[in-house]
Amino acid sequence: MSLRVLYFARLRERFGVAEENLDFAGTAAGLVAELQARGGVWAEELAAGRAYRVAVNQEIVALDAVLPDGAEVAIFPPVTGG
Amino acid sequence: MKIVVQTESFDLGAEVDAMRAGRSDIGAIASFVGLARDMNEGSGVAAMTLEHYPGMTEKALAKLVDEANARWTLLDVTVIHRVGRLLPGDPIVLVAVAGRHRGEAFAACEFIMDYLKTQAPFWKKEDTPEGERWVEARASDDAAAARWNAS
Repeated sequence: MSLRVLYFARLRERFGVAEENLDFAGTAAGLVAELQARGGVWAEELAAGRAYRVAVNQEIVALDAVLPDGAEVAIFPPVTGG
Repeated sequence: MKIVVQTESFDLGAEVDAMRAGRSDIGAIASFVGLARDMNEGSGVAAMTLEHYPGMTEKALAKLVDEANARWTLLDVTVIHRVGRLLPGDPIVLVAVAGRHRGEAFAACEFIMDYLKTQAPFWKKEDTPEGERWVEARASDDAAAARWNAS
């Protein structure tokens, strides 16, 4: 299953990547766990207790949401506009 | 309804004039303009850069305007949010709400801003004497949005 994964703001800068394609099937929490397992800044920024949001196809979802095939998944810090 | 994300500035008077042009059913227009400040968290801010999530931003703004329309009888809503590099004193965001009476216009304007602060995917990065820093989300903004669910 293929996903397009986007990162924004502080996470994009720290990860050094804005977008990547990943083969993954499961939930948003599962994807985050797989990214954490990369270690380094990934483990640090996505550690338990760090605040981040996950959007699937441009809607914020809960971490137990199942990711549909071909989804656009975005991971970003809490928003600070306005 | 007008929802725009843009780099250019905006003119509140022109937006209000456009809302009321050619109609006489509007009794009240409430508006809010948010500005970039020169100070935050004890540091001087020389400039800020606003990033957003193109596509999701417009959807999120449309959704929160829909929620306002479901709560109040509104005649028109304009939301303009800027992105890119802004200097202290520059306008960042405009919300204008037209209604038959002031009550719904005031309330919906505040509701839209409170939801925008916590739901719309924008992020601010500040240039300070200590270097660049991403603005952290505030618990007070979550509390401001949450109070609309309390009643």
